[in-house]
Amino acid sequence: MSSHQQPYYVPKSSKLPFAMAVTMLTLIIGASTTLKPELGPFGENSYLVLLTGFLMMWTTMFFWFSQVIKENNEGLNNLMLNNSYYYGMAWFIFSEVMFFFAFFFALAYIRNFAVPWLGGEGEKGISNILWPGFEAHWPLMVTPDQAAFPGPEEEMSFGTAYGHGGLAGVLGWIPLYNTICLLSSSVTVHIAHLGLKNGNRLQFNLFLAITLILGYSFVVLQAIEYSEAYTQMGLTLKSGAYGTTFFMLTGFHGFHVCLGAIILTIMLIRGLRGHFSHDDQFGFEAGSWYWHFVDVVWICLVAFVYVM
Amino acid sequence: MSTIVETHEDHGHHGPAKGLTRWLFTTNHKDIGTLYLWFSFLMLFIGGAMAMVVRAELFEPGLQIIQPEFFNQMTTNHGLIMVFGVIMPAFVGLANWMIPMQIGAPDMALPRLNNLSFWLLPMAFTILLSTLFMEPGGPNFGWTFYAPLSTTYAPDTVTFFIFSIHIMGASSILGSINIITTILNMRAPGLTLMKMPLFCWSWLITAYLLIAVMPVLAGTVTMMLMDIHFGTSFFNAAGGGDPILFQHIFWFFGHPEVYIMILPAFGIVSHVISTFSRKPIFGYSSMVYALTSIAILSFVVWAHHMFTVGMPLAGELFFMYSTMLIAIPTGVKVFNWVATMFKGSISFETPMLFAIAFVALFTIGGFSGLMLTIVPADFQYHDTYFVVAHFHYVLVPGSLFGIFAGVYYWIPKWTGNMYDETLGKLHFWLSFISVNLTFFPMHFVGLAGMPRRYPDYALQFADFNAMASVGAFIFGFSQLLLLFIVIKSIRTGKKASSEVWEDAKGRGLEWTLESPPPYHSFTIQPEVK
Repeated sequence: MSSHQQPYYVPKSSKLPFAMAVTMLTLIIGASTTLKPELGPFGENSYLVLLTGFLMMWTTMFFWFSQVIKENNEGLNNLMLNNSYYYGMAWFIFSEVMFFFAFFFALAYIRNFAVPWLGGEGEKGISNILWPGFEAHWPLMVTPDQAAFPGPEEEMSFGTAYGHGGLAGVLGWIPLYNTICLLSSSVTVHIAHLGLKNGNRLQFNLFLAITLILGYSFVVLQAIEYSEAYTQMGLTLKSGAYGTTFFMLTGFHGFHVCLGAIILTIMLIRGLRGHFSHDDQFGFEAGSWYWHFVDVVWICLVAFVYVM
Repeated sequence: MSTIVETHEDHGHHGPAKGLTRWLFTTNHKDIGTLYLWFSFLMLFIGGAMAMVVRAELFEPGLQIIQPEFFNQMTTNHGLIMVFGVIMPAFVGLANWMIPMQIGAPDMALPRLNNLSFWLLPMAFTILLSTLFMEPGGPNFGWTFYAPLSTTYAPDTVTFFIFSIHIMGASSILGSINIITTILNMRAPGLTLMKMPLFCWSWLITAYLLIAVMPVLAGTVTMMLMDIHFGTSFFNAAGGGDPILFQHIFWFFGHPEVYIMILPAFGIVSHVISTFSRKPIFGYSSMVYALTSIAILSFVVWAHHMFTVGMPLAGELFFMYSTMLIAIPTGVKVFNWVATMFKGSISFETPMLFAIAFVALFTIGGFSGLMLTIVPADFQYHDTYFVVAHFHYVLVPGSLFGIFAGVYYWIPKWTGNMYDETLGKLHFWLSFISVNLTFFPMHFVGLAGMPRRYPDYALQFADFNAMASVGAFIFGFSQLLLLFIVIKSIRTGKKASSEVWEDAKGRGLEWTLESPPPYHSFTIQPEVK
């Protein structure tokens, strides 16, 4: 709070937020009419509205972030404003935590209550009269209504990988490599941060680049895992509660890894252009917070989706 | 370096831009607060018109005016609009106007984000309201949109509804990040948390709740979207999911949401009662602790909305007792408001009338809530008009009266003109009498077994329903009076001093600024002793 000599920078006015609001309108019109073309005026071309929305979104974000970086380079951001950015990012990450919480909650409820009750266990086991003969087990390989939701032929859990091939099975288990990639990338991004703090630009750029290689490797590995699931294991979004929770949790996580990787790529470009210093590094720190956050989510995923 | 300094001086003194672009591109907390307040006022009339349609149909038994399908759309959209389009934006509008002024800040912490969080709302409601004009009709599954009504059996427009909820959620999250950052980071030197005005405290807690539960709502509607369009089985037992899972996740959002819609009113009423009793608020720190405990408890009570859904007994007992616990901090607050008035030199200006009515009528709503927490009793009350009476008592003479009290209390500060006191009192008495005429009889028909959400009812409920409808129409039209009073205060009226109310200067930094305040509230932060 030592910044009272310098006034808090309030931009005069800005076209960017309104442009972003219009962008969001375009996006949701595009998304809704792509899913329900008969309700919109665009028919089969609705997806073009959606694409336009995405294009507008990236454009607006590009100009918005450029503007903020420009203001920072001009020295308009005082200490207090910088703190506002840190607070903002921290609370944004908290909101993301709660978004994932909803999906972990769904997984926990389905595993511990919904499926056992359908199988006739416990106080609400009367649900079993819906599909008599349905047996509860997790991962759910046989769904209550196999015709509507054909269960998967194989699943992804650690137990199965170990049970089928012992140590060799574990070594062929893709999530193992995913874990290695993501956990070590959290370390490398921290080493990059130390480099920035100590004024070692080479260390910063190098380790940020390594982080990105690890991050993108994670995305590629997950793509391979998904394609195996769809083509060889009969495990899809439509294969009942296991497929549902598996793909939604790992999918949203993967999406966030992509976002984090894009953020850090931009930070690498900025680093190579000589942005940031030991006391001016909000953009990078926000990106690395985000990266640690997706890492923590992954640890929860390994625990609750893959291992337990 | 000199150019930078010039930019600063330039920006420190600039006034509002001219014309429409002022409102589209503004980054000023007062402009954005005004936008929020007018938006919620407009939505109050739209959502109110829907309530009038509902009450007109329910004026007498039988189907007279509208078809059941349309009745369902009206109740659903009335609820969605009043929750997401009226109460929440009105509170955010008040927060935008008042928080920077109360904590001695020049503006909100993240001004551009502030503009975005407002402008997302009209976009979301454009989409939501447009569904009413589409072939399959708008959302008709109740504002709680339980699966499978909102998934398997929903009209096709549910996709539009889902995305509009996403956008409303984004707006709330961004707005709350901004408010929380402003309060934590931008307070004047010396203004410690435990010296902060209670309205700021109530919003700090509210913003925290919003950031915690709005993403859960986004998750819920995302699961619906996936179930509807991509074959997942979150809410479909045939695939191993459970429709009751929807209710759990929804109410995990929904119950904190209930407090989101009342806590800022607690803050406003605390200021109003203190000012017009000419006493500092009684038990300031217990007020803060009560707010905090309500917020924490609100995360562990959600299943009291679904006692009849078929939960294990242990669950019913847990949620019954945890819910009853909330009555304790709430009781602390009511006690403190009454104790503040005790032996005060009370005067009854319009804001004070609304605040006193708030305390009395909110307490009635609180007590009927306590009745609903009792599991065996809830099996009788569930989904009857008793529930409708309960939540309308906490939302209309609760939240809405809190907002009215805040508007009357601060409007002289905003416009620089006093509002018309006689008309204000008329508005109060019309609202107070009609709101009770509307909602009090609903307790009786509810206890007698009249179910909610039906366009028709049994003959024995006819008299009370006719009364409720008459009350609703009086209440609805009385709000046009508020519109007139607000416009009148903007245009003419006795000039307000900077203090506005007697002895208000010691009650908050906002009363040290002139009325109307400068475009940027505090360019230099004041010291608070």
